[in-house]
Order: sequence, then structure tokens, then C-alpha cells
Amino acid sequence: MMQETQSIQKLKNVLEAALLTSPQPLALDEMLRLFEGKMERTTLRMLLDELKNDWSERTLELVQIASGWRFQAKMEYAEVLARLSPEKPPRYSRATLETLAIIAYKQPVTRGDIEEIRGVAVNQTVLRTLVERGWIDVVGHRDVPGRPSLFATTKNFLDDLNLRSLQELPPIDNLPQQEMEI
Amino acid sequence: MLPPVISARLHGEPIASLPQDLYIPPEALEVYLDAFEGPLDLLLYLIRKHNLDILDIRMADLTQQYMSYVDKMQAAKLELAADYLLMSAMLIEIKSRMLLPKPAELEQEDDPRAELVRRLLEYEAIKIGAQKIDALPQVGRELLVAQACFEHVVKVQLPVVEMEDLLVAWRSVLERAKNYKHHHISREQLSVREHMSLILRRLQQEGMLEFTQMFAVSEGVQKMVTYFLALLELAREGLVKMTQQAAYSPIYVQAAELMA
Repeated sequence: MMQETQSIQKLKNVLEAALLTSPQPLALDEMLRLFEGKMERTTLRMLLDELKNDWSERTLELVQIASGWRFQAKMEYAEVLARLSPEKPPRYSRATLETLAIIAYKQPVTRGDIEEIRGVAVNQTVLRTLVERGWIDVVGHRDVPGRPSLFATTKNFLDDLNLRSLQELPPIDNLPQQEMEI
Repeated sequence: MLPPVISARLHGEPIASLPQDLYIPPEALEVYLDAFEGPLDLLLYLIRKHNLDILDIRMADLTQQYMSYVDKMQAAKLELAADYLLMSAMLIEIKSRMLLPKPAELEQEDDPRAELVRRLLEYEAIKIGAQKIDALPQVGRELLVAQACFEHVVKVQLPVVEMEDLLVAWRSVLERAKNYKHHHISREQLSVREHMSLILRRLQQEGMLEFTQMFAVSEGVQKMVTYFLALLELAREGLVKMTQQAAYSPIYVQAAELMA
């Protein structure tokens, strides 16, 4: 029993080292490679849950996002840690955010769809900003004259927003009457 | 709840209360144009501000307010976005359709406002969605991904050197130094003058010598060169005479005085 506990700890240590040093989130398949085929998926999931639990009292937390698992600083340290970077991260304009929201909630959409919903022309730089951020990309073309590009959000977008899937986006379906304070 | 205290000034005059309607100082129009993300955004603002029921919009009021805003924008000679004008046309069309008596056979016609309402609600949902997305924690903003450094480049393992290795190495250096010793040309002071004497002495003893006999290959290049230089010097000074019968035939060296 003692031995078993020790070997579990060893496996968790391997996962911990890999997750802490990986520049990108690690997917389950990647983590399985660490054990050269001697690991069951379900066991791996269990180990990750244990590891997550082990860290629950620490400064970092193990989270699962769209492309895998990663360690990140707990939210409570965000404000303090921000003092280390002299420049505040810029916020996106409303046009950019609304365009992103349309792509996120209604994807895949064309530029025309975005313009239809917003009632104004879409500035090309807005789409370029989002593509460069790696949050949206072209997933195809609509089979209509002009074959306009169909935009969708990427895994990277979900990762950056700490989400596992689009289903975790805040719901907007309950329509907004009561949300407006007048 | 206390009413908000307003401490704003307009053209130097304090404002006692918030303007009742959308107030746009002419010079601020551009700012307002930026504040609205298009005609739908402006319409939503007007509807919400006046607490209008979005599902039962009084088209006359709304159109009037919307038009007055667009008029102000035009008055300021701003390049008016076509989108705003298009919306004006749409509002007026809806209003006029509502004024017209419906023919009996079109009793079932949809409310002309339905499409506008649908678009307004859809846009409002997106607007709220955008705010919600922006409120989510974001990597690089509220989220900081942990990244311990691990150099994936394999480090070159430097060999360990023991004292014993150093001694062994040093001994072998000494050993080899011994072997190479004779290669170290301890510069023999080979004087050309001295060799000139040597040559003359030989010539005196042996009379005439063939040129090639002058040199002993075993004595080394440097020695031979010195001999050669000495011989040239002797010839220059007229102390030896060198003769050759024909090309490629042996050269003979003899002391000049013997010839005299």
C-alpha cells in the first residue's frame, strides 16, 4: 500500500513537471506520451484531478481549458502581478468586441452577417486584429456569389478566456429587458 | 438612494441637472459618433433612455429623435455614415406603413416593426454578449499562465578532471617533450665567417674539391646553408675560385692563393 502511494506520487510528479514546463497547455494525448503507453486514459484523468487537488492550497491552480491542461496563477494574484508589467494590456474597442461576440455566438459567420447584426460596415482592421490575436480564423467559404469567408473562433480563443468549450460562454439568450437599468 | 451629485460644467456654466435628452455639444459630435456603434446602437440608446417598450415602439417619437440626431450630425458637416441614413429611410418606411390603412386581404400582415424589433433585440443580445466576453478573465490580463523554465536543449556534460588525471597528463607532456628535444634547434651559432675559415682550411689540405663534396647532408640543412653562404662569400672576396667546364658538369672549388 505504501509502495502504491509512492508510485502514484511519482506519476503525479512527472505530470507536474511536464505541465509546469510546457509552453502550451498539454492535451491528454500528449501527457500519455510521457508514460510510453503504460498509462490508461482514465488513470491519467484521475491523476490530474488529484494533482489539481494537491495544488488547491497553493498559488497556482491546475485548470482544464479547450486545448488541454495548464497551470496558471490564481486569479487573486492578478492585480498584484500586474504591477510587474509597466504597460496595461490594451482593451479592445466596442467594435472589436461586438464583432468577436457575433463570431463567438453565431459562428460560422461571414463579414456580411456581422454587418447585418451590427447595422454598420465592418472595418477590415477589426477582423485582422482578431485573426492576429489568434482568436478567429477562416474555416471555409459560404457557397454564394463572392464566396465570402466564414469566420469562427479558435481553440486559442477559448484557452485565453479560460474556457473548455463554446458552451461555457456566458449565455445571452435570455433576452435583455430586465438587464437594463434605466 | 441619493440623487447623483452633478459637478459638470458646460461652456463654463455649471450644470444643475442632467440634460433631459441626448445632448450633443456641437464640438463633441465626433466623440458621440464614436460612442455609438451605428444606427442600431443609437436606436437602442434612445429606446432605453426613454424607457420605451421595445416590443411596442412608438415609431413617431423614435423616428423624430433619431432624425434630430442625424440632423445634428449633418449640421456639423460630419461625413455622415451611409448606415445612419439607411436606418432613417427604414424608420420612415415603417412609420408610413403603419399609417396606411391595411387592405382587408392583408389583415394578417405582420407588424411592420417586427423586423426592426428583431434586429434591435439581436443586436442588444450581442452587445451584452460582448460585454460579458470582455468581463471574462483573459490570459495576459487577469490570467497569468505558469511557465517554469526548462531548457530542452541537452546540456553538454563537461568531463570531470581529477588531480590524478592532471599528473598523468603532465608526465606524458614531459615524456613527449624529451622525445622532441632534438627537434628543438638550439640555435647553433653558425658563423659564416667561421665556415669560410673551415672551407679554406679544407681546401688548403685537399687542394681542389668538387662542389658537392663541400656539403655533408648529415649535418643538417642549416649547416649546409651556412656552408653555401660561406662559399659565396669566399668567392665574392676572391678567396676561392670556382670553375666549371661545361653546363651541368661538376663545379670545382679551389683556393685562389693556390692558383696564384
